[in-house]
Amino acid sequence: MSGANRIAGQGRLTPARTARFTFDGKSYEALEGDTVASALLANGVHLVGRSFKYHRPRGIVSAGPEEPNALIDVARDTARRQPNVRATVQEVFDGMKVTSQNRWPSLTFDVGGLNNLMSPFFAAGFYYKTFMWPKAAWEKVYEPVIRRAAGLGTAPTEEDPDHYANRYATCDVLVVGAGVAGLSAALSAAATGARVILCDEQPEVGGALHYDRSVTVDGKEGFVWAQEAAARLAAMDNVTVLSRTTAFGYYNHNFVGLVERVTDHVARPDRKAPRERLWQVRAKRVILATGAIERHMVFGNNDRPGIMLASAARTYLNHFGVAVGKKVAIYTANDSAYEAAFDLKRAGVQIAAIVDSRGKPGDAVLNEARSHGIEVLTGHSVVDTKGHRRVSAITVVRNGGGGKRSITVDALLTSAGWTPSVHLFSQSRGKVAYNAETGQFLPGTYAQDCLSVGACNGTIGLQATIEEALAAGELMARATGNDGGEKVELRGENAFEWTGGMAGAAEGAGADTNVKAFIDFQNDVCAKDIRLAVREGMHSIEHIKRFTTNGMATDQGKLSNLHGLAIAAETLGREIPKVGLTTFRAPYTPVTFGTIINHSRGDLFDPARKTPMHAWEAAHGAIFEDVGNWKRAWYYPRAGETMQEAVDRECRTVREVAGLFDASTLGKIEVVGPDAAEFLNLMYTNAWDTLKPGRCRYGIMLREDGFVYDDGVVGRIAEDRFHVTTTTGGAPRVMNHMEDYLQTEFPHLKVWLTSTTEQWAVIAVQGPKAREIIAPLVEGIDISNEAFPHMSVREGKICGVPTRLFRMSFTGEAGFEVNVPADYGQAVWEAIWARAEALGACAYGTETMHVLRAEKGYIIVGQDTDGTVTPFDAGLAWAVSKKKTDFVGIRGLKRPDLVKEGRKQLVGLRTKDPKLVLEEGAQIVADPNQPVPMKMLGHVTSAYWSENCGHSIAFALVEGGHSRTGQTLYVPMPDRTVAVEVTDMVFIDKEGVRLNG
Amino acid sequence: MAEQALRKAPLGGFHGGSAVAHVTAAGPASRLSLRAGADAVSALSKALGLDLPTRPKTSASSDGRHALWLGPDEWLLIDENGADLAALAAKADVLHSAVDVSHRNTAVLVSGTKAAVAIASASPHDLSPAVFPVGACARTVLGKIEVVIFRTGEQDFRVECWRSFAPYAFGLLAEGAEDAGL
Repeated sequence: MSGANRIAGQGRLTPARTARFTFDGKSYEALEGDTVASALLANGVHLVGRSFKYHRPRGIVSAGPEEPNALIDVARDTARRQPNVRATVQEVFDGMKVTSQNRWPSLTFDVGGLNNLMSPFFAAGFYYKTFMWPKAAWEKVYEPVIRRAAGLGTAPTEEDPDHYANRYATCDVLVVGAGVAGLSAALSAAATGARVILCDEQPEVGGALHYDRSVTVDGKEGFVWAQEAAARLAAMDNVTVLSRTTAFGYYNHNFVGLVERVTDHVARPDRKAPRERLWQVRAKRVILATGAIERHMVFGNNDRPGIMLASAARTYLNHFGVAVGKKVAIYTANDSAYEAAFDLKRAGVQIAAIVDSRGKPGDAVLNEARSHGIEVLTGHSVVDTKGHRRVSAITVVRNGGGGKRSITVDALLTSAGWTPSVHLFSQSRGKVAYNAETGQFLPGTYAQDCLSVGACNGTIGLQATIEEALAAGELMARATGNDGGEKVELRGENAFEWTGGMAGAAEGAGADTNVKAFIDFQNDVCAKDIRLAVREGMHSIEHIKRFTTNGMATDQGKLSNLHGLAIAAETLGREIPKVGLTTFRAPYTPVTFGTIINHSRGDLFDPARKTPMHAWEAAHGAIFEDVGNWKRAWYYPRAGETMQEAVDRECRTVREVAGLFDASTLGKIEVVGPDAAEFLNLMYTNAWDTLKPGRCRYGIMLREDGFVYDDGVVGRIAEDRFHVTTTTGGAPRVMNHMEDYLQTEFPHLKVWLTSTTEQWAVIAVQGPKAREIIAPLVEGIDISNEAFPHMSVREGKICGVPTRLFRMSFTGEAGFEVNVPADYGQAVWEAIWARAEALGACAYGTETMHVLRAEKGYIIVGQDTDGTVTPFDAGLAWAVSKKKTDFVGIRGLKRPDLVKEGRKQLVGLRTKDPKLVLEEGAQIVADPNQPVPMKMLGHVTSAYWSENCGHSIAFALVEGGHSRTGQTLYVPMPDRTVAVEVTDMVFIDKEGVRLNG
Repeated sequence: MAEQALRKAPLGGFHGGSAVAHVTAAGPASRLSLRAGADAVSALSKALGLDLPTRPKTSASSDGRHALWLGPDEWLLIDENGADLAALAAKADVLHSAVDVSHRNTAVLVSGTKAAVAIASASPHDLSPAVFPVGACARTVLGKIEVVIFRTGEQDFRVECWRSFAPYAFGLLAEGAEDAGL
């Protein structure tokens, strides 16, 4: 047998199918289908972890996702390792390595356990109180120590070699949870022909049927019926059944996030298979059948290994064939726990006693207990336990005092009742309502097209659950327009109806006591901590939560919230609904980053946009820079050249001979329609109606507030057609900006916008030999200076393919921008390059482009402007039409602040030391000897070494800059202060002779 | 006279995917972004040789030429035979905007029994046959980019995107096709 505590004939696993794994280095045998928790329990291992704060020894509490204690580190190898996995949901696979957490040096001997002895100093809110003084200690002592102690588990440091997948799905009805309720709902919904997705977090469907063996549905054992029902559903074309799939988040408009664990249970996964798959489901209707989570009893030292939920013990016995102890006691306030005793007794386990805090349990379970010969202590409570690494005895008293006795046990099962899982309902923004009769928060007001059925809806009784779920499935399916099929009927029976339940501290852990009665195991929050929080003035449940950290652990208070709330309500003297619940937030259980990221990694993290000439550029040694998502050639270093040397050479070559530049990334918008000119008149500061077809103009675009938004050259192709260019980075937002105004402010204009950024490959040929380079390649266009002056555009052919040829320049040299349909880009570039290279020209990148334009005084919007610069500030007043009565920003420009004296204005700067290049962003002052903090006049926006000028050049935004020409200002740097002279912005060819050559 | 420049497609030769969803680069095609008001539809339809669709998410096809409804006044025309669509549209003497986007766009073809699942790895658009039958089209998102998805057959989709986004679209669809086969 795999484990001494495995009972022959019990459970549903196959004894012959074994798997080996290690826990803290020791090898254990498990059965296929075991969770780590069931395998450890089968091998008699109860101590599996240490609590977060006090480092108390802890065992397995649950058999499900609510587990607060059994957090483990699971590894295939050093890279495939995940901390904080719940041992109760992680399936064993052959060869897995499991390590316990939050202990040093070992699980059985843990130095941090001293915290338990020091616990009086670690009362609730101790962080806030203890680390207040002395202030100096914070940085050196407190923070490093807290940081080391904080956090659970250790993250792997290697890159995750697994991959993850994503799938969007739509359906008519999404059913969350495949217990009796979820299966019933899915069956009736699917019968109508509706598209149904049914998901469940466990490997097999069945939910509570995993442990509740007394249930039959349609005459079959519940669990068997569930598997058959799921198989029937999975065989239907309109149904998708997803097991090992947790619905973790319920978002707006019935958008639900699911995570499917694809290979975490497989010893040797298919390399192609993702580790996990994210499902993003848009459902017309959602049915929540998420069941209920059993609560533990709150009493002194209720956290020892071996103390667990009654339903968990039933799961380990009935599903995994594992007895959690040899002599087991039950402590309950609820009938359901009795069935754990009956099942264990039938399997041959000794039941020491059932301790029931109620005076009057249900008659049916009492009678059954008697027939098994089990001692039932009604009106009694467990007030203390003994045992270090595992519970060894419990102390029982009669409620109200007396009758104290000690009972030897090796496991204690507790149940304080059932908390409906309203997490997803609450995430959907539904409002819960408190049911005083059952002491449960239940779905109240729905905010989305959703229904809750079964235990999560507080429905009691098996047949009532089935009927509610069948009706909901049919109702929701019909609501989505599916009305085929026959009505589904199901008949369920079970042994006992469950009544009872309590919330808050049990006998012996009340307000007058100081015992460690844990409500939140992982964060070590006791009943007394809640009371302390209330005494110290925390009256809101949200404050209490944060002060005590109750419910803030990885289990998100699945066990502790209601207990904490009940104790707070009692201490405050208010009713539970008046105190209120804390908010349930997604995710329901932790989701890995890999799953959220899924395909978005490596090359698919973000699109890398490449121009049609990219391959040529790469082959010719270009270094690329990122501009938005674009990869742009930055400079082309030759062997042995530094970046500066390459840029100097490129700058010189362009002005002396010519250069080729890939300008394809510039945004392009085709503006077409009879009102195109009028529209551009409104969008730009310039006048466009006066522009003749075949000519171009540099345009400035403002926002409504009068500040420069974008710029670019616009060519008029025909009366009703303009070719607009924008900055590379501005392309999408300028298009949106224009479309926004067109649709909302100027809908009367007959004009349409089409993005043509990627239609055209753009090859800028700039320099004195530019014309000579392209001349033999061009057909149908007279490119002589007379016929084709600066700022012109013509359509014709180049290299036999259509072109829109622009005569324009961003360098100050005579230049052309050759636009060709993008697929021809590389071939045309190569043809031009063959001519250019022969004539001694070069290819140049964005860095050289930046230097050349700065030499000529051309600004870059977004570098030399920052969203607070007007055209006047930028020295572009000439581009603002005085005649137009309206354009976007015209009113903004008249605001008092935008016309006042002393605004920051763009100027040129020359360093007194010509070799010194300023730093972009450096601050500028008038007097470097003034006391700190100095009065800042502005800052450097662009600065370069200009090989062509033989000195450095810079632009700066300076207060009243236009009237400071000739002044000496200072740029204080950490190592020295740089003296600069204010100049105009044109450093080369002020007359524009070269441009028009 | 220089020799005629050769065309180089952004996804030339790309192919991948899985047995249940083949992912291949579409061949060159001419494309037109057509904008016009309702009053121009019939004249433009006549000029282009097919009935411009006027219902959302529908298309019209004739002999390798497709008109995809993208908006109340917007169509994407695709001609797999490379016809000069702008010239055809110009024959209609009605108010419209015709812009050649033949090279702006490129397309990835996804075909196979799980083609829709492959696309659903990155696009939230509902591609189930009831709401997205053969001939349906939609401008939507694929991962971080905009695409136009066009169902050309029960198991065949054409995914149009801008050329610089094509390797990204192809990569996503290829990964989706792999996962759809598991």
